[in-house]
Amino acid sequence: MKRFSALALLRAGLDGQKSWPRDWRDPEPRKHYDVVIIGGGGHGLATAYYLAKTHGVRSVAVLERASIGGGNTGRNTTIVRSNYRQPALQRLLEFSLKTWEGLSDELNYNLMFSQRGALFLGHSDADMTKLAERGDSLRCVGIDAQLMTRRQVARLIPLLDISPNARFPVVGGLIQRRGGTARHDAVAWGYARAADALGVDVIQNCEVTGFDITDGRVHGVRTSRGSVGADRVGLCVAGNSGLVAAMAGLKLPIESHLLQAFVSEPVKPMIDTVIMSQSVHCYISQSDKGELGLGGDPDHYPTYSQRGSPHRIDEVAAQAIAMVPALSRLRMLRSWSGTTDMSFDGSPIIGATPIDGLYLNGGWCYGGFKATPGSGRLYAHHLATGAAHAIAAPFSLERFALGATIDEAGAGPLPQAR
Amino acid sequence: MMLIACPHCGPRAHVEFTYERTMDAILSVDVDPDTAVAILFQRENPRGPSQELWRHTYGCRSWLRLTRNTVTHDLAEVVAWPPA
Ligand SMILES: Cc1cc2nc3c(=O)[nH]c(=O)nc-3n(C[C@H](O)[C@H](O)[C@H](O)COP(=O)(O)OP(=O)(O)OC[C@H]3O[C@@H](n4cnc5c(N)ncnc54)[C@H](O)[C@@H]3O)c2cc1C
Ligand SMILES: [Zn+2]
Repeated sequence: MKRFSALALLRAGLDGQKSWPRDWRDPEPRKHYDVVIIGGGGHGLATAYYLAKTHGVRSVAVLERASIGGGNTGRNTTIVRSNYRQPALQRLLEFSLKTWEGLSDELNYNLMFSQRGALFLGHSDADMTKLAERGDSLRCVGIDAQLMTRRQVARLIPLLDISPNARFPVVGGLIQRRGGTARHDAVAWGYARAADALGVDVIQNCEVTGFDITDGRVHGVRTSRGSVGADRVGLCVAGNSGLVAAMAGLKLPIESHLLQAFVSEPVKPMIDTVIMSQSVHCYISQSDKGELGLGGDPDHYPTYSQRGSPHRIDEVAAQAIAMVPALSRLRMLRSWSGTTDMSFDGSPIIGATPIDGLYLNGGWCYGGFKATPGSGRLYAHHLATGAAHAIAAPFSLERFALGATIDEAGAGPLPQAR
Repeated sequence: MMLIACPHCGPRAHVEFTYERTMDAILSVDVDPDTAVAILFQRENPRGPSQELWRHTYGCRSWLRLTRNTVTHDLAEVVAWPPA
């Protein structure tokens, strides 16, 4: 791996930047690995990196059926924060947020991680009571949270409609200053490059089509490019979790649904904070390129179509314009969707499955980008040591049978209730 | 957007309907705990035809059984549930 630095950039300028090597190799799958990771999204690549880096497990392959980062990693709206309400989620996502801080340096790859602040708007006294309670619970465990008045919110985001007769009146907000956004593709590429440098085989265009399982133990996977043996196999396939698990004869507490996102034409900087509203559900941020990225509710039914319903576009646009009227002058450039792995309590599943040697990382719903570094570290710990890390332990697959669900929304066991 | 032909109201836009659960996820009260866990939490999550329970929530509020393709969204069947 040739390290990126100002000097290296200057030197490479002498030959028109042509001397850069490829960021990761394009290896043929070997006959056997200690660990095979299925799915080259951010979670799979991060897991491979920490297996090699932290645990010294270097015989690792990441098998990706298409190109890395082309799944939800490359489709999400990149919001990173740790201001959740359930203690187990607070620990998990703060562990991840701490890893984000300093990750660009560690990977020697610019993830464009921008701690621009993530703000929840409060639209009523009831909203503010809930936000205050959330803020208190966060500060009790050492996670930053600051309650804001209407005037403070208006100063932070001057384009917000804070007039008393606004469609969604703004009463105040709760901000996590350390929250923000990151460049999603760079996360996949940065982890792939760093993992490759440690000897991990990142193998693209290699689809897993089955498992080699005898006596309840996995011995490897079958792929579109032949059989690959493995002592341990880790799933990291997000919206395809159910389909890949079915190849091993498992049924999971996961349904595949769909979440859309939208992006506007690029404009000069107009919003430098992530704006969210848990009452309205629309969220807004502006990328460094100048595009406004918008999202809202998922489509609320099982689908692998990756094709969202147009009524959601109407709804999100209407909400966004009501909150920031200046957006009405912008044209939308693109809309797209990703297949989200909706779990039955809204929280992820990280850990062992009933099959020896087969592990699951999934059920991240529409919120797993922020968790990428933390999830990679915790899953690597489990794959390397055979035991769950304390932070990951509550997120076991058994929690559903045990009644120990982690239900942030308090909405009961339905994936569309998130 | 799907056009769902409610057997009571006729073809209506999908925004009037809500998805409830897959048909194999309907729990009866007399099953043993292991079966209950399986029914509540273990899904086939099929890619292709699926049997689902929906409701015409913002219409006649009836329950409906849909045979729906989860890739193309084609509706092979929409019938009243439970059957009369
Ligand atoms: C529109 C949208 C907006 C979102 N916004 C946010 C947000 O703002 N903040 C946030 O934290 N989260 C957000 N998320 C969620 C987040 O994107 C995901 O939780 C996270 O990126 C999942 O990463 P992953 O690595 O698990 O999955 P993916 O990136 O989807 O990777 C899974 C990979 O597995 C591969 N695969 C599947 N089947 C096979 C097979 N049989 N063999 C080999 N490979 C296979 C796929 O090709 C894919 O590349 C959003 C999601 C969507 C769809
Ligand atoms: Zn009807």
